[in-house]
Amino acid sequence: MQRTSLTKRQIRGYREFLYVLPFLILVLIFSYYPLYGWVYAFFDYKPPKPLSESTFVGLKWFKSMVENEVKRKQLVSVLRNTFAMSGISLFFSWFPMIFAIFLNEIKCKPYKKFVQTVTTLPNFVSWVLVYAVAYNVFSNSGALNSLLKEWGWITKPIDFLESTSHIWFKMWLWLTWKNAGWASIMYLAAISGIDEEYVEAAKVDGASRMKIIWHITIPGILPTYFVLVMLNLASFLSNGMEQYYVFQNPFNKEFVQVLDLYVYNLAMGSGGYPLSTAFSILKSLVSVLLLFLTNFASKKIRGESII
Amino acid sequence: MAMKFKHKRFENFVPKKTVYRASVADRVISVVIYLVYAIFAFVCVYPFYYIFINTISNNDMSARGKVIFLPHEIHFNNYAQVLKIEGIGQALKISLERTVIGTLLTLLVAAFLGFMFTRESLWHRKLWFRIVAATMYFNAGIIPTYITMMNLGLLNNFWVYIFPVAVQPFYIILCKTYVESVPKELQDAAEIDGAGTLLLFFKIIIPVIKPILATIAIFAAVAQWNSFQDTLIYVTDKRLFPLQYLLYTYMNSASSLKALVSSTASATSLAASLAHAQTATSIRMTVTMVVVAPIMLVYPFFQRYFTKGIMIGAVKG
Repeated sequence: MQRTSLTKRQIRGYREFLYVLPFLILVLIFSYYPLYGWVYAFFDYKPPKPLSESTFVGLKWFKSMVENEVKRKQLVSVLRNTFAMSGISLFFSWFPMIFAIFLNEIKCKPYKKFVQTVTTLPNFVSWVLVYAVAYNVFSNSGALNSLLKEWGWITKPIDFLESTSHIWFKMWLWLTWKNAGWASIMYLAAISGIDEEYVEAAKVDGASRMKIIWHITIPGILPTYFVLVMLNLASFLSNGMEQYYVFQNPFNKEFVQVLDLYVYNLAMGSGGYPLSTAFSILKSLVSVLLLFLTNFASKKIRGESII
Repeated sequence: MAMKFKHKRFENFVPKKTVYRASVADRVISVVIYLVYAIFAFVCVYPFYYIFINTISNNDMSARGKVIFLPHEIHFNNYAQVLKIEGIGQALKISLERTVIGTLLTLLVAAFLGFMFTRESLWHRKLWFRIVAATMYFNAGIIPTYITMMNLGLLNNFWVYIFPVAVQPFYIILCKTYVESVPKELQDAAEIDGAGTLLLFFKIIIPVIKPILATIAIFAAVAQWNSFQDTLIYVTDKRLFPLQYLLYTYMNSASSLKALVSSTASATSLAASLAHAQTATSIRMTVTMVVVAPIMLVYPFFQRYFTKGIMIGAVKG
C-alpha cells in the first residue's frame, strides 16, 4: 500500500516536471545558453566569419583594455563616469527617505494622496519619454527658455541639454525626478510600521515634531535604508544604459558614457564584439562579487541577508 | 483641527489621538512642508501638462513658444494628423500587440511556475526553482545575447519582444509566496476530489491568487509598453518598431520630421491654415502624448496595485 502510493506520487512528480519543462527550456535558452557566448572574448572574432574560423587569442582583449593607450584612456573615462553617477546616487540615497518622512507629516489626507500619486507617476514613463519631456521643456525652444525670454531674463537660449556643465548632477536630477516618489513608498510603508505608542508618548512628553522625527521616525526606518544602500552598492557598476543612451549627444558623450553604455557602443561599433564581451564578463564577475560582499556585510552587521 | 480643541469633552472618547497644542514652530514647519510638496507635485505634473496644452493649441504659437500655461485656440487636428503619418499606426499596433501578448504570457508563466514551485511532489522542485531564481543575478551581456537571438532567428522577429521576457523570476517568486500563504486545505480538498495538477491550477489557484496577478499584470504591461532597448538592439525592420522607438527617432531627427510634415501636409490639404499645419515640434509633442496617454489613463485607477507591488517586493527584498 505504502509503496504503491509512493510510486503514484513519483509518477505525478515526473508528470509535473513535464509541465514545467517547456519553461525551464526557455530559461536555459535565454539566460544560460548565452553564457556560452563568453568564448567570443577569447577569439579574434569578426562577424560574419564564423567562430570556428576565428583565431584563438587568449587574453588578448582583456590585456588590450589596459595596454592599448587609447583604450586605457577610454576605460578610465568610462569608469570615472560610472563611479561618478553611482557615487552621486549613493551620496544622495537619503533623499527618498527624507521625502517620505516629510510627506508623512502632511496631515491632510487627500493632499498627501495627491502628492504621492503625482510624484510616483514619472516612474512609469520610459526613459525615452523622460527625454521627450526634457527636450520639450529644456531645449532651446522649450518651455523654460521661452519663459525666461518672455520675462526678459535672457536674450540667448540656455543650452540645458547639450552643455556639459554639472552634467552628472543633471543626470542625477533626471534619475531622481523619475524615481524618488516611487522609492519613497517603501519608506512610507516602513514609517506606518512604527508603533504609534512611541509617538504618542513623545507627544505627551512635549517633544517637538522635529524631535519626534529625529528620535523615533528615522531610527525606525533606518533598517530599510540600510538594505537599500546595500542593494545600491551591489549594483554599483550597473547604471543601466537607457538613460544615458537617450540623453547622450556629441557634446556630452564623454561624460555620460557609463560602463553599460560603453559595452553597448563597443558592440555596435565595428569589430568591437570580442572586446565588448570581455567587458561584459568582467562586469558580471565584479557584480556577483559585490553582491556576495554586500550580502556578507549585511549578515555581519544586521544578521540578515539581503538576497 | 481648531474645532477639535474646543470640544474638550470628546477628548476622552478618542484616547488614541491625544490632542496636543501645536507650537508656532510646528505650524511654520507645516506650511513649509505643504509648499515644498506643492513644488514637487508641480515639477512632476507640469511637463506633461505643458506638452498636452501645446498639442491642442494653435501650432504657430506653440512653435514660437507662446503656449506656456494655458492652451490657445484649442483644436485636435494634431492628433488626427499624427495618426496619418506613415508608420505611426503600425507602431501603435506593435506596441499594443506586444503589451497584450507579452503580459498574458508573462502572467501565465509567473502564476504557473509560482504554483508548481510550491508542489512538493514536483521532481527536483528546489533545484529547478534555484536555476530559475539565479537568473536574477547575472547577465551574459549584449553580444552573447545578441548572438543567441541571431541563432534562434529572433532578429527582426516580433517574438523577440515576447519570449526572452516570458520567464520573470521576480514575478514567479511573488506568486510562489502568495500561493504559500493560501491555506493548503483548499488544494488538499480538491485533490481528494480527484483534481489533477492542471485542473487544480486553473480552477483553484488562479481565482485565489487574482490580487497578486493584477499587480504583476500592471507591472508587466508597463514594462512592455515602455520597452525600447530590445528594439534598439535586435530590430531594424521598421514594421516592427513600437511607439517608444519611433518617438526616440523623432526626437533625434528634426530634418526628416520636416520632410514628414511636408509630405503629410501636401497629402491632406493645402487649405489647412498655418495655425493647424504640423510643425516638427507639434509632431514630437503629439507623439509624446500618444505614448504617455495610456499610462496616464491607467495609472490613477491601478495605483493601489502598483503600491501593493512594491510593498510585497520590499518584504521579499
